[in-house]
Amino acid sequence: MNLTAVRAIYTFEMARFFRTLLQSFISPVISTSLYFVVFGAAIGSRIDQVEGVSYGAFIVPGLIMLTVMTQGISNASFGIYFPKFIGTIFELLSAPVNFLEIVLGYVGAAATKALFIGIVILGTSAFFVDLNIQHPLAMVAFLLLTCISFALFGFIIGIWAGNFEQLQLIPLLVITPLVFLGGSFYSISMLPPVWQTITMFNPVVYLISGFRWSFFGQADVPIGLSLMAIALFTAICLGLIWLIFRTGYRIRS
Amino acid sequence: MPAIVDIRNLSKTYDDGFQALKDVSLEIEEGEILALLGPNGAGKTTLISALCGITTPTGGSASVGGHDILSEYRDARAMIGLVPQEIALEPFEKVWNAVRFSRGLFGKPRDDAFLEKTLRQLSLWDKRQAKVMELSGGMKRRVLIAKALCHEPRVLFLDEPTAGVDVELRRDMWQVVAGLKESGVTIILTTHYIEEAEAIADRVAVINRGEILLVEEKQALMTRMGRKSLRIDLTEPIEAVPAGVEEYELELAPDGRALTYTYDTSAERTGITRLLQRLSEKGVALKDLQTKQSSLEEIFVSLVKEDAA
Ligand SMILES: Nc1ncnc2c1ncn2[C@@H]1O[C@H](COP(=O)(O)OP(=O)(O)O)[C@@H](O)[C@H]1O
Ligand SMILES: [Mg+2]
Repeated sequence: MNLTAVRAIYTFEMARFFRTLLQSFISPVISTSLYFVVFGAAIGSRIDQVEGVSYGAFIVPGLIMLTVMTQGISNASFGIYFPKFIGTIFELLSAPVNFLEIVLGYVGAAATKALFIGIVILGTSAFFVDLNIQHPLAMVAFLLLTCISFALFGFIIGIWAGNFEQLQLIPLLVITPLVFLGGSFYSISMLPPVWQTITMFNPVVYLISGFRWSFFGQADVPIGLSLMAIALFTAICLGLIWLIFRTGYRIRS
Repeated sequence: MPAIVDIRNLSKTYDDGFQALKDVSLEIEEGEILALLGPNGAGKTTLISALCGITTPTGGSASVGGHDILSEYRDARAMIGLVPQEIALEPFEKVWNAVRFSRGLFGKPRDDAFLEKTLRQLSLWDKRQAKVMELSGGMKRRVLIAKALCHEPRVLFLDEPTAGVDVELRRDMWQVVAGLKESGVTIILTTHYIEEAEAIADRVAVINRGEILLVEEKQALMTRMGRKSLRIDLTEPIEAVPAGVEEYELELAPDGRALTYTYDTSAERTGITRLLQRLSEKGVALKDLQTKQSSLEEIFVSLVKEDAA
């Protein structure tokens, strides 16, 4: 294992993040505050409580997940797509590193960025609502796994994408709808029965539900199912990455 | 001594079915400068890419420092520095971070003193805190070279290093190359500028349409293939080549004031003494003599033409 190389990639990628630290920090703070103003204050004043939790607090886990998922994907997909686009990938290919080390460096950095933003949102939320996290360890585990698995997924997209449109395509057409319909802002039990059934096919539901359970101790789906869902998703991503590694798909001609 | 780069029957067929390398075999000795000469599209970049791991060869094998480039890619690649043909650099990164990244990527421990030395050697030290995108094209190429050198490679590939660079950079680069050779680094340089090969190479390999046409000591090649011409300036113009010197196949200049004799430098006797003697017997008055060695360029052009025929 060429750990020096992993660290070099990780540091280099994080530098990109730190260059725009202010922006990386401020934009989630602002968007979170806006969500609270719109959903928490405007809508929340009418909804009052969801499953015994104030609506403002209820949306916090979903809000964090939403951002962490999209950030994980966009950071990792851009991180590996950009070198392909500008041609600097030649250096990665000619270096004494294997694909695993490249993945560790890029996905590690992308997951770290997503985690950072998740924590910023959590911190910002604390200004608006009272948060009492019931299962902090599970919360951290869910957050970490989500950061990592979605960064892995983003990495796959970045490898697959042949142009900027394709890079945006899957996040836009698949991830954003799934995430928004994944129960970030409502409880599944609030939906009509048909939609409740349909929603169960949305994998994001399981993640948000599990994450919310770690906050409030209650969930739309059993916590075991949530854990299985995130484990399955991570396994699928790892499997795909292994395939890419084996075949050199879209990286080495 | 075994070759430091040993290429055996290497082939590359791209996905679209185009065969860019056909059974290329080549042994490169440690410490030499080999110029890989060939016209555009000959397969120079493909050969380098295959050796460096950027593209996977479809046939044959190769080793660097005794390490197979596929099965022992870590050891092989750790020895290699690559300066690619196209400038590809992260635009927002600072020069210093760019070289530090490269060193780390190749698994070498941090060594700021060595990086400083490398940057100074390439006149980049003053620019170390500049972002890559703020640099001129020539400076960017220097950064590429610095990145390739900062992990202390034993074999350096320079893919058309002086294509479109200014005179100053070219001179600097030749100096760097000379310094590297001094320290025992093996250098493989692709170029279609023959002067470059002529100026710095020890050996020349000519590649065309994916095949190596020849590999030879530069000096020997020039002697063997080299044609020399002797130009004889005349005091008085003449109408025609005088009779009695037909075997020399002299060429008369259009203005009648010069005769040119082309001969092979490797020939046992050139017959120049006799030619001059005969001319003076014929009453042709000589004003001046001038000989010219044909350059690698001419040799190369004739080789590639032969290959095309
Ligand atoms: N990725 C590729 N797919 C298909 N053909 C390629 C690819 N890269 C290069 N070629 C072809 O292979 C030949 C050799 O290219 P290259 O090695 O770049 O030549 P050189 O560096 O000597 O100019 C060219 O005809 C080129 O068009
Ligand atoms: Mg080329």
